Amino acid sequence: MSDHWLARPKTIRWLWRVFVAVLVLTVLAEFFVVHHPHFRVEEVLGFGAWYGFLACAGMIVFAKGLAIFLKRPDTHYEKSERDG
Amino acid sequence: MASTFLHPGLLVVVAGFALALLRGRVRAAVALVAPVAALGLILAAPEGVAWSGTWLGFEIRPLAYDALSRMFAVVFAIMAFAGALYALNQKSRLELPAAFVYAGSAIGAVLAGDLVTLFVCWELMAVGSTLVIWSGGSGSAYRASMRYLAIHLLGGVLLFAGVAGHVVTTGSTGFERMALDSPAHWLILAGFLINAGAPPLSAWLPDAYPEASWSGMVFLSAFTTKTAVYALLRGFPGTELLVWVGLIMVFYGIVYALLENDMRRILAYSIVNQVGFMVVGIGIGTEMALNGAAAHAFTHIIYKALLLMSAGSVLYATNKRKCTDLGGLFRTMPLTAICGTIGALAISSFPLTSGFVSKSMISQAAGDEHLLWVWLALAAATAGVFLHAGIKFPWFVFFQKDSGLRPNEPPPNMRLAMLLFAALCIGLGIFYQPLYALLPFSTSYLPYTGAHVVVQLELLLFSGLAFFVMLPMLRRTLTITLDTDWLYRWLAPRLARGVETLLEMGGRQIRAVLDGALARVGALVHRHHGRDGLLARTWTTGGMTLWVAILLAAYLLLYYS
Repeated sequence: MSDHWLARPKTIRWLWRVFVAVLVLTVLAEFFVVHHPHFRVEEVLGFGAWYGFLACAGMIVFAKGLAIFLKRPDTHYEKSERDG
Repeated sequence: MASTFLHPGLLVVVAGFALALLRGRVRAAVALVAPVAALGLILAAPEGVAWSGTWLGFEIRPLAYDALSRMFAVVFAIMAFAGALYALNQKSRLELPAAFVYAGSAIGAVLAGDLVTLFVCWELMAVGSTLVIWSGGSGSAYRASMRYLAIHLLGGVLLFAGVAGHVVTTGSTGFERMALDSPAHWLILAGFLINAGAPPLSAWLPDAYPEASWSGMVFLSAFTTKTAVYALLRGFPGTELLVWVGLIMVFYGIVYALLENDMRRILAYSIVNQVGFMVVGIGIGTEMALNGAAAHAFTHIIYKALLLMSAGSVLYATNKRKCTDLGGLFRTMPLTAICGTIGALAISSFPLTSGFVSKSMISQAAGDEHLLWVWLALAAATAGVFLHAGIKFPWFVFFQKDSGLRPNEPPPNMRLAMLLFAALCIGLGIFYQPLYALLPFSTSYLPYTGAHVVVQLELLLFSGLAFFVMLPMLRRTLTITLDTDWLYRWLAPRLARGVETLLEMGGRQIRAVLDGALARVGALVHRHHGRDGLLARTWTTGGMTLWVAILLAAYLLLYYS
């Protein structure tokens, strides 16, 4: 039995293509709307796009860095609390 | 008019007690009708003080309506209804009554016109919510509920001390706007912030809420933190400190949720994140910002409950809560997956969802005030919300790998509750005017401008791109991330045990020294009085006579000299 249509590699390839097309369209849409920026940085082309991507990448990297120090097995508290 | 005689919060609390005794259809009817009746009362009541009197010598106003309190009471009543519908098939006979006491006292807290009533409702909420966690039933739920209670009692003590100080210095019990000009007001702020999930004690929230049952957490997500948001909105609007506290909450929530594996703990961290947005708005303090904070509390209650209903349905159907065990559930739980995704889009403030029309007011306020760094941080956080809740939750639970699980959709009442809130998430996103009409300040804000929609879509979609590009870095592991609860769950017990050991060792030393001293005294006594001791020997009659003669001679000598 073949898997659900949504899980097939072919569909996923198509979803990626559509996703990239939508990404390009949203940036292009900037040319067709009236802007009333509060800050100069908003006037840079594709501000939301590059800022959103970089912010997320930054947060993921920061989280991974924090994890080096703060990550523990999820049984960390269990033993001591059950005994205590 | 009934709305001035009847207290909607009290009605829900009384219904909660009745639910504890009722069974079957009558119970279901009471559970569904009471919140609707409360909602009717809240909407029908005129503005102003409905109940007032004196209690223990204090002027109290237990029932007072204005735009702000009505807005929160409305969404609390809606939440109580949907939560009750969702929880109708919950086996625990304690949870729903406890949840109603909790919901009713939350309504009471926002309709309180004075600090004394607010405090009483505040504590009643702590009791109700603890019982909701407790009725999760497991050992870990019980332990978490005790930790939760300890933190909230601490918050209650701070609030009580602050209220007492405020009443003594001002002579008024009225709940008005306060400035941070006295220790009492700092204490009140601290009490509010603990319930809001602010640092450094934010860990109580992701520690306790996910231990509740599949339906319990739906209730828990709504009332405590949002009552705190309401209290901050009324008590401390425009307090700059709150901007920074809020921003810390926003990013704390994102970073911890990114590292989390338990689906409901992801959503718990995301509550702190969302409340952070509201706290920032309260800190900015303009009418636009306060409207944004209030609107965001309203919409957040609905979409967060929807997210937790879908997570609760997964927990109900599979009995699993870790992302590492889940995945691919969209095959057999399409409705739950769709509703969860709608909640995820709403929390990410996608255009055409409720989150968009509320959160954008807070960003707009930061822009209007020319707070560049705050505005940039909020934009980054908006992208971050999509990352940690908007995609991560539905992706790891319903999609990603095929976990092989083929669970069924939950029972009809749970599906209905999800559909209701999914409809509200989209409905409020499109027809936002009724929501804006409830806001504390009248507004003509238009959320759907071309530029605004485009920039928001860019932020979110490229955040999505970052998620899928960096997916290997987000792979789930069987780990937790240490939080400040480490201090009282790991460090404090060990410190206490260490002190105990030291005391025990010290005690043993002291006892050893004392024992030694006593032994020496004993030996001394023994030497003189023991069997062969000088003072215990048997003396001869002759010896005794000699000693008596010596004594008498000494006596004679002393007498005549």
